[in-house]
Amino acid sequence: MSEPTSALNRAEFKGIAKVEETGLHGMITLRGDQSSAAIKKAVLSVAGTVMPEQREAIFSDTGGVVWMSPDELMLLCPYSEVEARVAALNEALAGTHALAVNVSDARTVFRVSGPAARDVLSKLTPADLSPEVFGPGQVRRSRLAQVSAAFWMEDDETFGLFCFRSVAQYAFDLLKVAAAEGSEVGYF
Amino acid sequence: MSVRLSTGGRLIDRATEISFSFNGARLKGYAGDTLASALLGSDQMLVGRSFKYHRPRGIVASGAEEPNALVNMGEGARFEPNQRATTTELFAGLSATSQNHWPSLEFDVGALNAKLSRFLPAGFYYKMFIHPRSFWKHVYEPFIRQSAGLGRAPDSEDADSYEHFHLHTDVVVVGGGIAGLLAARAAAVTGAKVLLMEQTAHWGGRAPVDGGLVDGQPVGDYIDALVRELSEMPNVTLRLRCMASGVYDHGYLLGYERVRDHQPGAPGPRHRLWRVRAKQIVTATGAIERPLSFAGNDVPGVMLASAVRDYLVNYAVSAGKRVIVATNNDDGYRTAIALKQAGQEVLRILDARETGGGALMAEARRLGIRIDCGRAIGKVSGGKRVKKVQICAYAGAGGALEEVACDAVAMSGGWSPVVHLWSHCGGKLTWDAEQAYFRPDATRAPTGADGQPYVVPAGSANGVMMLDAICGDAVEAGRAAAKAAGYKLKKAAAIEAEPAPETPIEPVWMMPRDARVQLRMKAWLDYQNDVKVSDVQLAAREGYESVEHTKRYTTLGMATDQGKLSNINGLATLADALGAEIPAVGTTTFRPPYTPISMGAIGGEARGAVFQPLRRTAMHGWHEKNGADWEPVGHWRRPYAFARSGESVHDAVMREVKNTRENVGLLDASTLGKILVKGPDAGKFLDLLYTNMMSSLKPGKCRYGLMCNENGFLVDDGVVARIDDETFLCHTTTGGADRIHAHMEEWLQTEWWDMQVYAANLTEQYAQVAVVGPKARMLLEKLGGMDVSAETFPFMTWQDGTLGGFDVRAYRISFSGELSYEIAVPTAQGLAFWEALVAAGKEFGIMPYGTEALHIMRAEKGFIMIGDETDGTIIPQDLGLNWAISKKKEDFLGKRAQERAHMTDPNRWKLVGLETLDGAVLPDGAYAVAEGVNPNGQRNTQGRVTSTYYSPTLCKGIAMGLVLKGPERMGEVIEFPGTDGTVFKARIVDPVFYDKDGEKQNV
Repeated sequence: MSEPTSALNRAEFKGIAKVEETGLHGMITLRGDQSSAAIKKAVLSVAGTVMPEQREAIFSDTGGVVWMSPDELMLLCPYSEVEARVAALNEALAGTHALAVNVSDARTVFRVSGPAARDVLSKLTPADLSPEVFGPGQVRRSRLAQVSAAFWMEDDETFGLFCFRSVAQYAFDLLKVAAAEGSEVGYF
Repeated sequence: MSVRLSTGGRLIDRATEISFSFNGARLKGYAGDTLASALLGSDQMLVGRSFKYHRPRGIVASGAEEPNALVNMGEGARFEPNQRATTTELFAGLSATSQNHWPSLEFDVGALNAKLSRFLPAGFYYKMFIHPRSFWKHVYEPFIRQSAGLGRAPDSEDADSYEHFHLHTDVVVVGGGIAGLLAARAAAVTGAKVLLMEQTAHWGGRAPVDGGLVDGQPVGDYIDALVRELSEMPNVTLRLRCMASGVYDHGYLLGYERVRDHQPGAPGPRHRLWRVRAKQIVTATGAIERPLSFAGNDVPGVMLASAVRDYLVNYAVSAGKRVIVATNNDDGYRTAIALKQAGQEVLRILDARETGGGALMAEARRLGIRIDCGRAIGKVSGGKRVKKVQICAYAGAGGALEEVACDAVAMSGGWSPVVHLWSHCGGKLTWDAEQAYFRPDATRAPTGADGQPYVVPAGSANGVMMLDAICGDAVEAGRAAAKAAGYKLKKAAAIEAEPAPETPIEPVWMMPRDARVQLRMKAWLDYQNDVKVSDVQLAAREGYESVEHTKRYTTLGMATDQGKLSNINGLATLADALGAEIPAVGTTTFRPPYTPISMGAIGGEARGAVFQPLRRTAMHGWHEKNGADWEPVGHWRRPYAFARSGESVHDAVMREVKNTRENVGLLDASTLGKILVKGPDAGKFLDLLYTNMMSSLKPGKCRYGLMCNENGFLVDDGVVARIDDETFLCHTTTGGADRIHAHMEEWLQTEWWDMQVYAANLTEQYAQVAVVGPKARMLLEKLGGMDVSAETFPFMTWQDGTLGGFDVRAYRISFSGELSYEIAVPTAQGLAFWEALVAAGKEFGIMPYGTEALHIMRAEKGFIMIGDETDGTIIPQDLGLNWAISKKKEDFLGKRAQERAHMTDPNRWKLVGLETLDGAVLPDGAYAVAEGVNPNGQRNTQGRVTSTYYSPTLCKGIAMGLVLKGPERMGEVIEFPGTDGTVFKARIVDPVFYDKDGEKQNV
């Protein structure tokens, strides 16, 4: 086995906001009935958080849980722990109809940060990023220009986002264009 | 002549001189100028030629409504035609040229058209070019195309960047004049989030030019204070140089911000398209003055009275030294007064009204200006600039009473509210007979999803023209919008503006009222498209009663200005000619954009590297470095072949096929879809999706399957691997991955919601490599790890294990007919695994191969390809795949459809192999001809080629095709005419050309 590599090898760009590919992350798609006690318990024991509400993202020291749809969650964890956590989920969910699967290699994670971060992302996504409706603790599944993406806020000036790994270069190039020097909008 | 005065000019900075060029001549203006004001300041009154007659034309207006002053801007990568001089801010080094003339602006050959104008009436093209029909394509169309169009098309790639910006807000106020500013404040004080857009570079609109007192202050000072107040409110965003271009359903609004037009080359986007979702939209878009329709109203130097005033007050540019003002309303007097106060000579005010105006007339008279009531312009003379004016009685046919030499004419035909944005999404208009304009009908507003209005007009855009009334109307509009957006209103202090009553307008649609035909033929309605009063009258005589038809017949209002000056005059002329009331004739439809917006802004960031997403596998970079010739497959790029230096792509493909069949080849198969299907009902679900039985597949085994849609047509194929009791991994085609995943979700969510099944698209989780060829096993054994022998790892099974230290899932499946392992590793290790295979395979003669070698090898084996053998009209039975259609299953998607009469028709074309008699390669898509012709006189057909290649294995052309009763006609020779006159003769054969018994893949 060789050292796994992320799509862009932690590429960075600094313009009116900072754009970073943040390397490999453990990601688990968990599909199941979010109202069931078994799923809630499995999430609590494996991810260490309560079940997020609609459009919520809850983070703990070693990962987080992102709401993706009424029957889908994305569990985040260190890359090295992902197989163990999938196994733990499967064990916790034995006998429950659910699907837990490692999708860490199918995604690329970026961070976009700085005072202009909301402006930069608003160039690419039609989601409402006003601070009144979107802030830390929230997640949106939307698009970045022509590809789908999900994003949340780590703090009021920092977005985490992921897209499919195959379009990592496109997403990075997009974010570079949106964060290009001289393109300040000054809206948010 | 137009001149720059030595003092004044509220928008210019005389300390900063700016040099620019027009048609190559170096000219000077000041910071704050528009190109139009700088041209007029340099006495450049002639700025272009008209579209049809090539008449000399000058600047008419001072804003977005300008029809004439369109110029080619910039050079090379920043060249752009049709830029309005009136809305172009002057910058150092600006270079503009005039349009639509040859060889020069001053001397133009096309002006000959003007001499022929009586032979070029409305509808000329329709009448002239219809016969003979055959002339259209080769004679008329090229001629018309050559003579049509304003400006030149750019010939190099745009140097600038563009972007979009999305936002949601409570209230968008369009227009930064006094009404927009007051409406914005009224909405903002309730707490509503407000975005205020102003298309020009300055706040205040017309009010600072026209003057007046608000709350005891000069309106200009009041506006400055208001802007300061708004800019300090955290819930207000102010944008200059940002035009609202269109209003759409559900409060969607597009704004067009010209970020860098005035600073070309500065970093940042040139234009930004604002894509706004607003709860409410206030249109404070102002009003546009109408020209008067008199003969010679297009001679350079004839301008809108408001424009004359704007140039004077804002830029200290006088349109002329000796000016005649023609008006039918009080507002025109303001221009005369302003000119007189600036020291210019106003020769006459010709007021079409018998009794003239009110307070403003008195003021003009006090200043000593001569006022002639009941008088009109009969004709303006002069070629490239105004020389003299014939004055006549308004109530008459144009008999000249007097001729006066002058150098400019200011005309005012009254004002029309800018109702475009109100109308874009269904807002209706009402005709205000007293004021002679269409204004928004508040009872028929555009409505949103809740059936409630979401556009509120304000100020002069709402038909409220007097400053005092505008202030009240604007505040009310802002409050109404905030309330509708869900905010609570508090009592607002009234704004006191000094009332300035005016005498009513007298509508003047033609000047003089009964102008004789020679005058009507020189009275322009639409300057840009050269439509005259006589053209609209002709259209009416020829039966064009609908304003929409007249518009298209005469081209009235169809130019780049979309008839901002001409619409109302044109339809009034039509109404008059038809003897109908103006509201009965109605307006043409207002459509976005308000003024043309750049294609760059529409495209936004999507150009260059980010024009379209490109999907890359983990090995993409390796392929790139190793000579991949790319083939687009969906948004992926897959290597078509890896050409070596000095090798043609064709030769590379031949080499790759041979090497794979003789040694070992590597294919990047990562793009194939991999969908995990899990749940107690997974087997049942897949039995319904696939035509064959999947539930009977044992864990550890693989099975090829076909998927049809409910119409029976084959939509995808691939190998299904059973992982465990509840879990299957479905491989799809590359293009089918997302589509089939969506197909599964749709059936699970909408029809079979009671099934306990979850699906997850794992396509990108794995890099998958096909290791193919007789030496494949030796290679894997060398890497070491799992046992890959035929005994422990037989054909059509899968196993988890390790190879060369990599955790892998290997499938023994083959699309080439060779011994083959498809090996999946986590994508993050895909490149490393590929490189390990390449390194270890050296001694076995390993070579990567591309999609074309893959295609050839599958065709040699008679394997179908979705998209080649299928086209959405093909059922599996057509392809001889009956063996993969379960007869035991009660149901599956497509089963019922495949039983329909048309699907079981024995005359459906069926798949066969085709072998040319001389070994040539059949042309792709060629049809096999049959006896006779069809009712259209075309040859009857009996089949077509679906896949065709040169096979390096068999050293001849091989093909597959669909042929009438094909499988029953083995050995028969049929003919395929090529496109170059040759006829290919091919024998119908079995589609499996190579290793018919499958011995090679099953070793």
